[in-house]
Amino acid sequence: MSAPVAFSSPSAAFFAGAKTAVTSVFMLVLAGTYIGIGALTHDFGLSSWWLAISTVLVWAAPAQVILITTVTTGAALFEIALAVTLSAVRLFPMVVALMPVLRGPTTRLRDLLLPTHFTAVSMWVESLRLLPSIEHQWRIPFCNGMSAGYMATAAVFGFVGFYLAAGLPPLLAGGLLFLTPMSFLMSTARNARMMLDKLGLVLGLLIGPLLTILDVNLDLMWTGLIGGTLAYLVHRIREATT
Amino acid sequence: MNPLLMELWPYFLMVLVGYLPNEVWRVFGLVLARGLNEDSQVVVWSRAVATAILAGVIAKLILFSTGALAAIPLSVRVIAAVLGFLVFLGARRSVFAGVLAGEIALLAGGFLFSH
Repeated sequence: MSAPVAFSSPSAAFFAGAKTAVTSVFMLVLAGTYIGIGALTHDFGLSSWWLAISTVLVWAAPAQVILITTVTTGAALFEIALAVTLSAVRLFPMVVALMPVLRGPTTRLRDLLLPTHFTAVSMWVESLRLLPSIEHQWRIPFCNGMSAGYMATAAVFGFVGFYLAAGLPPLLAGGLLFLTPMSFLMSTARNARMMLDKLGLVLGLLIGPLLTILDVNLDLMWTGLIGGTLAYLVHRIREATT
Repeated sequence: MNPLLMELWPYFLMVLVGYLPNEVWRVFGLVLARGLNEDSQVVVWSRAVATAILAGVIAKLILFSTGALAAIPLSVRVIAAVLGFLVFLGARRSVFAGVLAGEIALLAGGFLFSH
């Protein structure tokens, strides 16, 4: 193990984080995802600024896709809110898993508010990968810098997709929409070092569609609870026997 | 409705049925995570649950696609995803190589077999 990374000041850590963001593979992933979402926004008659503000406020691609595709179609507001909140359940365990990595002995609650809002798939995967090698006191500014870099990338490419949309043939538009699941799949797999993570991924891939076919209510929530708990139990049993 | 209100309506909806129902889980996580450490069993379990939910979203986006992606046949989408994943594994877990291979397969298949 190499020595933990340290920085000279919080702003140095912030900019190192931002640099990590713009040079990471997620930069391409986010660019592709938000070009797709920009195209979607254009198709549903919302404005490019509406998308940019939703990227900053909502900051979750699945929730944004649900919002964009329902808000202009006259769906019941309760229905939209329910769909969004179900798509966002995954953020809860992410925050729970991330906070102990960020928090040091002197961390105040208000220092954690920004990383909490920034929590999303890209940032979560990269934080769990990178933060453990950084000294505790620099983790929050590094994480904020990285997240700000990702958010800015997403906002800019939302505009790009919005203005590309007009001229894009349907097949290429389909290809843009395919970027989201592909990049999410492989970035999650890349981060899955432990058996626990691999099992959670495989079980979720199987149980998710199964519950959808069976038309189970709140299918994503059940996918997480069943798949995640099974993976966890297998992990515990393996730990106990070795 | 007055024109200014008409213009602000989508923003109001964004906050009401987008921002709030989304953000509530983050805040809930922050409140509940106090006093837990990285190795505590609740945190380990939470990570597994989050991973499984995300996997469920991924599978649904590929299998039950909407919009322009739905015009590309299901078999093409699945084969492209599997191919992309194999390339990802073969290319020493390069997300870029995997996504690129999956996209090429999807576009080629879509070009040949789309209705």
